[in-house]
Amino acid sequence: MNILVVLRMVPDVVEELEIAPDGKSLDLEFGRMVLSESDDHALEQALLIKERSGGTVTALALEAREVDEVLFAALAKGVDRVVKITGPKEGATTREAAHSIAQVISSEPGLKGADLVLTGTQAINDLDGLMAPSLAQELSLPFLGIVTGLVPDSSAPSAVAVKEFPRGVGGEFEVALPAVFGIQAAEKPPRYVPVAKVRAVMKSQRIDSVSAAATEEPSLSLLLVLEMTKPQPTAHAEILEGSPEQTASALCGILAERGLL
Amino acid sequence: MLDPATTTYFDVPGYAYLWALTLLSCSLFGRQVLRYIDVLREARKENRWDKIAHRLRLFVANVLGQRRLLAEPVAGVAHFIIFWAFVLYALTFGWNLVRGLLPFLPIPWSDDVHGIALALELFAVLGLVALAVVAVRRYIFPPPRLEKSLDAAVILALIALVLASSLCMQASKARSPELSLAFWWVHMVTVLGFLAYLPYSKHLHLLAAPFGVIFTSLHTTGMPATSEGAEQRQDFTWRQLFSGLACAECGRCDRVCPSVGSGYALSPKVLMRQVKDAVRMSDRSQTPVRLLGDRVKPEEIWACTTCYACMERCPVFNEHLPLLIEMRRHLVLQGQVEHRIQETLTNLARYGNSFGVSPRARAKWTQGLGFTIKDARKEPVEYLWFVGDYASYDPRVIPATRAMARVLEFAGVNFGILYEDEQNAGNDVRRIGEEGLFEMLSEKNQKSLDSAYFKQIVTTDPHTYHVLKNEYPANHGDGRVLHSTELLAQLFRAGKLPVRRRPGLLITYHDPCYLSRYNGLVEAPRQVLSELGATLLELRRNRYNSYCCGAGGGRIWMEDVPGITERPAENRVREAAVLQGVRTLVVACPKDLVMFQDAIKTAGLQGKLVVKDLSELVAQSVGLMERSESNVAA
Amino acid sequence: MSAEYWVVVEHWRGSVSQITYEALALGREVADQLGASLHAVLLGHNARELAATLGKADSVIYADDPQLSEVVAETYAEALVQLLKSRKPKGIIIPLTNVSLGAGTLLGARLGLPVVNFCTDVKVAEGAVQARCTLYGGKIESRVTTEREPTILGLCPGARPSEKGLSDQRPPIEDFAVSLPEPAIHLKKYIEPEAGDVDITQQEVLVAVGRGIQGQENLNLAETLAKQLRGAVCASRPVIDQGWLPISRQVGKSGATVKPKLYLALGISGAPEHAEGMKNSALIVAVNTDRSAPIFNIAHYGIVADVLEVLPALSEAIESRKGVGSHA
Repeated sequence: MNILVVLRMVPDVVEELEIAPDGKSLDLEFGRMVLSESDDHALEQALLIKERSGGTVTALALEAREVDEVLFAALAKGVDRVVKITGPKEGATTREAAHSIAQVISSEPGLKGADLVLTGTQAINDLDGLMAPSLAQELSLPFLGIVTGLVPDSSAPSAVAVKEFPRGVGGEFEVALPAVFGIQAAEKPPRYVPVAKVRAVMKSQRIDSVSAAATEEPSLSLLLVLEMTKPQPTAHAEILEGSPEQTASALCGILAERGLL
Repeated sequence: MLDPATTTYFDVPGYAYLWALTLLSCSLFGRQVLRYIDVLREARKENRWDKIAHRLRLFVANVLGQRRLLAEPVAGVAHFIIFWAFVLYALTFGWNLVRGLLPFLPIPWSDDVHGIALALELFAVLGLVALAVVAVRRYIFPPPRLEKSLDAAVILALIALVLASSLCMQASKARSPELSLAFWWVHMVTVLGFLAYLPYSKHLHLLAAPFGVIFTSLHTTGMPATSEGAEQRQDFTWRQLFSGLACAECGRCDRVCPSVGSGYALSPKVLMRQVKDAVRMSDRSQTPVRLLGDRVKPEEIWACTTCYACMERCPVFNEHLPLLIEMRRHLVLQGQVEHRIQETLTNLARYGNSFGVSPRARAKWTQGLGFTIKDARKEPVEYLWFVGDYASYDPRVIPATRAMARVLEFAGVNFGILYEDEQNAGNDVRRIGEEGLFEMLSEKNQKSLDSAYFKQIVTTDPHTYHVLKNEYPANHGDGRVLHSTELLAQLFRAGKLPVRRRPGLLITYHDPCYLSRYNGLVEAPRQVLSELGATLLELRRNRYNSYCCGAGGGRIWMEDVPGITERPAENRVREAAVLQGVRTLVVACPKDLVMFQDAIKTAGLQGKLVVKDLSELVAQSVGLMERSESNVAA
Repeated sequence: MSAEYWVVVEHWRGSVSQITYEALALGREVADQLGASLHAVLLGHNARELAATLGKADSVIYADDPQLSEVVAETYAEALVQLLKSRKPKGIIIPLTNVSLGAGTLLGARLGLPVVNFCTDVKVAEGAVQARCTLYGGKIESRVTTEREPTILGLCPGARPSEKGLSDQRPPIEDFAVSLPEPAIHLKKYIEPEAGDVDITQQEVLVAVGRGIQGQENLNLAETLAKQLRGAVCASRPVIDQGWLPISRQVGKSGATVKPKLYLALGISGAPEHAEGMKNSALIVAVNTDRSAPIFNIAHYGIVADVLEVLPALSEAIESRKGVGSHA
């Protein structure tokens, strides 16, 4: 199985997010970037498939701050090749990113014949669309999202994928390959890669850099952001103060009033 | 007097039998010892021959002086006697053997020399009494974790036989030379038999222990040199494997281990047994001998709090901690760490703290103090206060941190902090086995330290203190790193902290592992407490015998395992609660503060006992505590 | 040709999802403000009866095809592409849930249409549709508009009360024929979760535990409280992921949506994925050590303390009250 994993860096919400002076975008100077959580799961799922049935895993990412660390960590985890795509500006929307990535996948040797294209099901900044279906459309491949289980069969070639529905129900799908999957969760949580291994990889392996052709099309996202703000909560709970015994007692009183006791 | 060497039995002279027996015994002995040496030679190299003079001094105190054994007085004194009896008997045996094998030598038998005979008889009697004492202890009043193995029984019997046969030989010399001769043979055969049996029994510690002491680590850290960890027998260093051979299965390590005390999977004594078994394993099958996985399970490896109590107690200077840490390193390199540890390590790598909170918030605790703490990155200070993760971020510890800040400010100390450029010092990261992450953290911290101007480093956190002082190469050994209790003691001595309100309380004090056992820092906190006028009632297990709170070794970041009987911290607060009239447990470590606060609740001691950091007590006594911040006053 | 506004109906395993009514309520407002007619787009197979409750719309556009018997984003997108060949609404609201996720983006990508995800509200200003979107885990809000029609809006649950989307009128049905190609994706079967003993959506009282419960061994405290209140224990995703409770107890985006009389959120931070599953509960009480946790923005009462301290205290307080009262 030849697997491509598309990784995206998103602003790290552990840090305080700041709005840029234009009031319409994030001030990226301030924050840090982190790998999108479900992309991490997509990478893990790819590695698990490789460990089970062989094949190669290639990880791609758009150039961004701190992406090098992520790509080296991916190499340390067992990815065979990592490709950094230069060209698109930082802050590209999801669909703009999908376009550039699809372009590179179609033109770069070694990337075209992938059986599986995996990426996270959703990122925290997918305002103008999701990555997986956008990629699928650009690459003319079928798409399935919210995938929690993926077992490829190289004979068909097809794959059995489990999609998460509400109430814990899973849907088992048969998908003809090649296809794009939006991974919700890998079978196992993303593995730990020790710092020593990443450092060793930084010395011994390299990141391939490929430039995406500059796009002359008008903004693919077609959205106009009028304003970006940090929401102020409109309502707030009435806080009961005191020791655990005091607050418990007060709460009991409230529940009793409502006939809940 | 009949000469056993020349007396003939079935027309064969005694010395011939003696030669045969000696050769048999030596070959059995030698064969097994050579096997052990082969295994050790295959293992990783480690230099333990430096500073010979220092090592010999340790030998004198600990082997000849039996120092650590005397910590358990009854067994200690008995063992002291048995040890010296053994030395005497070994020497005289050697003498007699030479004389017996080479009867033409013009030397007397050792027991024919008056002074020596007297010494032999004296030590035989003392030795037999001592053996009786240890037998009673072993079989009627056994301490916990003492294994009543067949091996041990056999050894006691053999030693008794050696001593008794010698006494009987002496006693019957005058009246019945034949009987005396018979006892002589019994004695020699017993000793030769003992010699042959030695390398197959736990009594190998006889030979191994002195070398264990001589080849001990001269640094009290329990931290092996950087490596890629160990899984198979030959991955460990020879000294680490040697611990298995030297172990006498006395159980002292288990008796002080918080894991054993709480019912976790780890037993240091069992670990030594696994190592011994692994070393004994023959190589014939060609499959590598695996320690980790086959013999030692991950639950055992992760259960260690790195409190150092086992190594502090072990009379043969075994190295339990390095073995565990080497195996942890291996597991980490394989990525086989449990989920919460993985999260914590990822947070540490990314944010420089174990809480997963923005590093920019590290100095938030300084807000609202009423004064600004100097930024050591921007202006020179005398003391660089390396605050530490828990002291900076944990809401249960922040009041103590602020109290310390106020005290330092009040005393006119010129101090500053590194603000956001301070990261976790890495002590527990190293103890978890993530060497690469430790390297990364220590590099970043060292860079921040290098670009700041200060004379000394001070910290309230013993883990931070230990690693900065001992494991950051730039600081190694010099007096630049202080624990806050040392600084407070200095300030009191210099009259910088006039105590206004003497609490007059009855308190007790818990010695942090990383201050007491690792760094010998036990008096400074007590000096501070006496300056406050507090009456200190010592816990039963104090100073170097302090009982770990259970947070170290990364355990504070790990999941609680089901089935434990009583957490170490609960055990410790109960120990404090039995002290008459004591309602305050004083600590000098942020993690102790957190662990004991929790334990007081889960042990149901709320209202009976309260835990306070030493800095809070000092701040109170000097009149600096904010009302809203102090714990409910004891 | 008068203007149209569409809402794609989400239905699953024979029933219309609650979010559809929320979307209809919102769609009705937008359509009225635009002076457009509101149409519910129902894609399915032998699903005609489902149109009966969609009366909030002016009509139901119904496309029937065996390929549409299960919800597959690919197929839905293709059907919508065909629908849009002949009719051009000003906008299309598509629910953003585990069922429908992906269809909106595919449709937008296929036809070069703008997609606006994570909508929590929509209004009309100066004749144009503006969406309010919540991004970055709830930390940022954007006001967004577009200049191309139709605009596809991915709608988050909870934008409007679902009651407002109900209607007792039966809407007229417009049939539309679609011709769908053989898909590359087939649903083979559903995998039901392990039968839980308890249906949390039917409980009047829910004691919900999150990370703040700290360990499986503390669940019994929550069970005790649940028993005292005659309710059941449920959990947020982290607890389920750890395996401390079965998936049937999960509340939130991937779990159940609940509306009990009392929802006790213990040690739950209140991230959007969880909040959307419980925020319409009648009385929400939250316990969390972090004063700034988002849960306090949707809770009615809050206690800033350690769950492990409050739980036993609460159980005890209830016990002593019961002792004083006349009945158990």
